[in-house]
Amino acid sequence: MSKKILEIRWHGRGGQGAKTAALLFGDAALSSGKNIQAFPEYGPERMGAPVASFNRLSDDPITLHCSITNPKIVVVLDPTLMGKVDVIAGLPEDGSIIVNTKETPATVRANLKLKGAKVYTIDASGISKEAIGRDIPNTPMLGALVKVSGFLDFTQMLKDTEVKLSKKFKGKPEIINGNIEAIKKAYAEVAGE
Amino acid sequence: MAIIARTGNEAMAEAMRQINPDVVAAYPITPATEVVMIFASFVADGLVSTEYIPVESEHSAMSACVGASAAGGRVMTATSSQGLALMYEILPIASALRLPIIISEVNRALSGPINIHCDHSDTMAARDFGWIQIFSEDAQEAYDNVLQCLKIAEKVKLPAMATTDGFIISHCMSKIETLEDDEVKKFVGEYSPTLPLLDIKEPKTFGLLDLQDYYFEHKMPVVEAMKEAKKVILEVGKEFGEKYGREYGFFEKYRLDDAEVAIVALGSTAGTAKVVVDDLRDKGVKAGLLKLRVFRPFPAEELAEVLAPLKAVAIMDRSDSYNTQGGPLYTEIRSALFDLAKKPKLINYIYGLGGRDIGLEEINSIYTDLASAEKLAAVNYLGVRE
Repeated sequence: MSKKILEIRWHGRGGQGAKTAALLFGDAALSSGKNIQAFPEYGPERMGAPVASFNRLSDDPITLHCSITNPKIVVVLDPTLMGKVDVIAGLPEDGSIIVNTKETPATVRANLKLKGAKVYTIDASGISKEAIGRDIPNTPMLGALVKVSGFLDFTQMLKDTEVKLSKKFKGKPEIINGNIEAIKKAYAEVAGE
Repeated sequence: MAIIARTGNEAMAEAMRQINPDVVAAYPITPATEVVMIFASFVADGLVSTEYIPVESEHSAMSACVGASAAGGRVMTATSSQGLALMYEILPIASALRLPIIISEVNRALSGPINIHCDHSDTMAARDFGWIQIFSEDAQEAYDNVLQCLKIAEKVKLPAMATTDGFIISHCMSKIETLEDDEVKKFVGEYSPTLPLLDIKEPKTFGLLDLQDYYFEHKMPVVEAMKEAKKVILEVGKEFGEKYGREYGFFEKYRLDDAEVAIVALGSTAGTAKVVVDDLRDKGVKAGLLKLRVFRPFPAEELAEVLAPLKAVAIMDRSDSYNTQGGPLYTEIRSALFDLAKKPKLINYIYGLGGRDIGLEEINSIYTDLASAEKLAAVNYLGVRE
């Protein structure tokens, strides 16, 4: 595996936006001049069923087209997946896992029986409900991921996201502002050990 | 020029939008559905002036394409797997009538068992129908190949398919560089059909019964056009490189010139193999890669020339011919090298059927095998459980 490529795996449930999150994060990284890949895992697609999606990010062109088995970062959008899906599969010692939960990193680590790797938690659902009015954890998780990965410039990423949301939600400034606020809050509040 | 994030399907649909064909007749099928879906939205949004025909099957799609192309239109479609299979009956009619129809084809395993993931069995089964076939490693190449296929097809008056690997590329978003609409318009030019059916001042008939007396002679122009296509593919690939900085030939040589062992692969697998080659080179192994882009016409002499100096070559087939002597790429390359006085040891690996993942480890094991190629069986099925 080329060490210069950052590989990320997203876990969510069908309809929760795991694929969209990977696409958004890829798009944001592209705007920062990175080479990117974003792709979902395809299987039976049902609302609520466990799904995964992936990112590859690099300063150099990416020619890898195989699946990602040892992601440096794992993002869990739905905490109820833990214990049902092996979310830490292939996570290396120097990797990180970010979980959308109210629990502390220490509790999550204990529940996952995880040795090594860093554990981060953020109440992305809570932030989303407060800022956007709905439980859409994927946008705040982007903020947490930017912080943990250290791969993108946060100010630039916020600016790009705003531009993209402005195109998609023309005439709905509350949605745009809500999303931006949610990303900022998650960036500030994500905690790890 | 714009740098954007697109999936393989989006990239192909974008190329089709910029070409703005007269007619698209299509029926959706996973994983090519998005190409058709996105293009249909371009039609609905008035971004193209295309007549879009939503047919009831792929057989009808290709039949409508043949009719529209014979009428004198610039015609395209998209499909995959069983969809392409349902077109098989019409594909040789398109080439025999010398109609430059374009398919954006997304490689997917043929049923059965039913499977939606990538292998090359659909495209390979269409290899003897007089269609030009060009494979793409990634979304960028998919975009570039659709544009080039159109130009090549119209120059030699043969239909052509540009292919990507299902899901692996069709649904993977990556960075691509697109041309401006005007540049595409200039590159593909105006289409002027030679014998359009709708030229009512010169009435003509297409698709006549053609029996023992002339059928054979009427197949020969397809043979000649394929020979001509070999020249035109190189011309168009060179022109594309001069204008837009990405030159294309029959194949890409990756660290091959001084290599002792090499892999030959089509499509996305070649990209993954590049990473393995780099790692091996760092360890001092003289490994190389040949990524084949054009499968029809088959660049036999050119392949023989570049592969001849190697010690051992693994030919990777993502489909089987069920002929008990290897996959389609292997048998064609063996045939291409048969007359050489000195040739490398050739080994066949059939791999990745039905979308089975092919990773760095698997590809690395092939290069390891090649060090003692003499001991290997001619045909190997990579990673299949007993």
